[in-house]
Amino acid sequence: MALIEVEHITKIFGPDPKSALALVKQGMGKDELLAETGHTLGLHDVSLSIKKGEIFVIMGLSGSGKSTLIRHFNRLIDPTDGHIVVDGTDIIGLNMHDLGEFRRRRMSMVFQRFGLMPHRTVMENVGYGLEVRGMKRRERDEHAQRWIDAVGLSGFEHQYPSQLSGGMQQRVGLARALATDAEVLLMDEAFSALDPLIRSQMQDQLISLQAELNKTIVFITHDLDEALRIGDRIAILKDGRLSQVGTPPEILLQPADDYVRAFVRDVNRARVLTVDVIMNAPQYRITEENLERALSDMRRRGAEYGYAVEGDAYRGFVTQDAVQAALDEPNGTKTIWDVAEDLPVLKEDDRLEVALPTTLAAEYPVAVVDNEGRLRGVVSSDGMSDVLTPPEEEDGDEEKPVERA
Amino acid sequence: MNQEAFFLGENVGRAIRGATNDFVTFLVVNYGNFFEAISDALLTVLVALEQGLRAAPAWTIILLIGILAYAASRRIVLSLAMMLAMWFIGTLGLWEQAMQTVAIMLVSVGIAIVVGVPLGVLSARSNTTRTILNPILDLMQTIPSFVYLIPAAMLFGLGKVPAILATVIYATPPLIRLTDLGIRLVDSEVVEASRAFGATRWQMLKGVQIPLALPSIMQGINQTTMMALAMVVIASMIGARGVGETVLLGLQRNDSGQGLVGGIAIVILAVVFDRISQSIGQRAQAYRNVANS
Repeated sequence: MALIEVEHITKIFGPDPKSALALVKQGMGKDELLAETGHTLGLHDVSLSIKKGEIFVIMGLSGSGKSTLIRHFNRLIDPTDGHIVVDGTDIIGLNMHDLGEFRRRRMSMVFQRFGLMPHRTVMENVGYGLEVRGMKRRERDEHAQRWIDAVGLSGFEHQYPSQLSGGMQQRVGLARALATDAEVLLMDEAFSALDPLIRSQMQDQLISLQAELNKTIVFITHDLDEALRIGDRIAILKDGRLSQVGTPPEILLQPADDYVRAFVRDVNRARVLTVDVIMNAPQYRITEENLERALSDMRRRGAEYGYAVEGDAYRGFVTQDAVQAALDEPNGTKTIWDVAEDLPVLKEDDRLEVALPTTLAAEYPVAVVDNEGRLRGVVSSDGMSDVLTPPEEEDGDEEKPVERA
Repeated sequence: MNQEAFFLGENVGRAIRGATNDFVTFLVVNYGNFFEAISDALLTVLVALEQGLRAAPAWTIILLIGILAYAASRRIVLSLAMMLAMWFIGTLGLWEQAMQTVAIMLVSVGIAIVVGVPLGVLSARSNTTRTILNPILDLMQTIPSFVYLIPAAMLFGLGKVPAILATVIYATPPLIRLTDLGIRLVDSEVVEASRAFGATRWQMLKGVQIPLALPSIMQGINQTTMMALAMVVIASMIGARGVGETVLLGLQRNDSGQGLVGGIAIVILAVVFDRISQSIGQRAQAYRNVANS
């Protein structure tokens, strides 16, 4: 169910946005508009639908309009045209009073350079949203303390932001945003100012907090790796227009245009994609317990090997040779379950980098099981190498994304 | 061509002069009571303060300065030096006059703060206000005091009240400018964060902008105090008593020595109030330094 509907948002910066909007609606492009009227087309007809409880990443390079877009969600910036509907309320129509109430209750925000108040202690910063709401000091401090503990800053309550490292400051920013219990969390390049190690720690922390809290998070970043790591869905923004919206595998495996394609080329796919994206149906499932019947069935189907399944449970790997060998044994009483080899298996949510060694070492496609032990599919080393090979450039002079700012 | 004709018969100056005189006369005739009421109210506050300062034993004032200096700076040596400086004014034989000057200065600075900080806030909030305010501030700082002292004396009578008015006009602009600057320099992301959490304008001003602009505002108050002290001699010319009068008398009697003694007292007062207000300003931004301490 969509919690936030962004409907045809256009934002034009300049002295007379309304008349510039008319030109844009007649089809004038960004560069032309700037050259002829001096207006900048910040966002052009952006529509998004964000579901409750997902981490929705908006990704783009500097100048793509992503920071402008996120500021429309709580109307730090007003659109020139379009609507944003949050849980049935069109927030563009709110008056100042209702907008204040909306910001105090429904959405909170984390900023790139933290936006902490330097003259307030960690405790006072975390309690800021509650203070604005008029909550009394004691109650406010209790709430704040809970979130300070949740982000792992216990013991720093009475320090000032300048006494903390960048990562710790951003935890204060995160705690401040979480403390208001708003269901929507806006994060504007929240981790971009942090060094890589701290950044990945913060990403982990966000993912684990999200597993508990189940907020709706709109996350802005210029870093595709970050987007793929934390995003349930990703929107790619270029020059104020949407290029593509999709899940990480969709973005990686079916890039919508050359821009996205150029972007994803350098991504370490093995780290992003999971086994379930590349697995195939097993060529042959053995469900027959009797060895002789199983062998004749395999011969009839021309299957050199198969995957033994009893009911729903995966029991092991079986080759014709192994079945034959078991049948050749004198007074053999073995069933197919005894013959089945207990080879290594993969979990369907394993990342490819984890699955890679097993897959390459195996002689046959490796079985993939789910958490209940059911056989979901198989992964072959060919399938693995196909997906890990970056796509060929379709066109020699295609536009390359600028190196990340 | 005749020069007088080229300058439009030199009538513009004449017109301004006539209109101004008529306007002042109009004010005196029609609103004399109103101005007298303002004058009386100011005078009541000032006289009470002045009498309090003069009636108190000198050592209590000196001790008070010491406590104030220590509270502001937490430095014992500085506090003792401030007390010694105040005592030295007494040894110059100018204690009474110094107290009169301090009373005028405190009232003037008080009015300057009440007027200046809100104007600074308004000026920071809108560029239009700033555009209108700026030339007026330039005017206030550059126009010779006597120009407005003549009508002021007519409206409020000679003495302390026009002296305060002159001091306020001359000393408020730096406070307005520095308040404006201080608020404009507050980190925009912090202000944005405050907006994003739904703070009202007043909450934003009180909780974020004023506290973060405080070092700058304190600098403004410091400048205002210094400029108020610089006005004491002019104030004494329209009948305000105090150390300014000592300097003025030295001038009138061709007594260089007396002029110097009065001058030293003014400088000492300036140093004392400068150090104390600077220290308050520094403590207002103590949070900036904790990381390095």
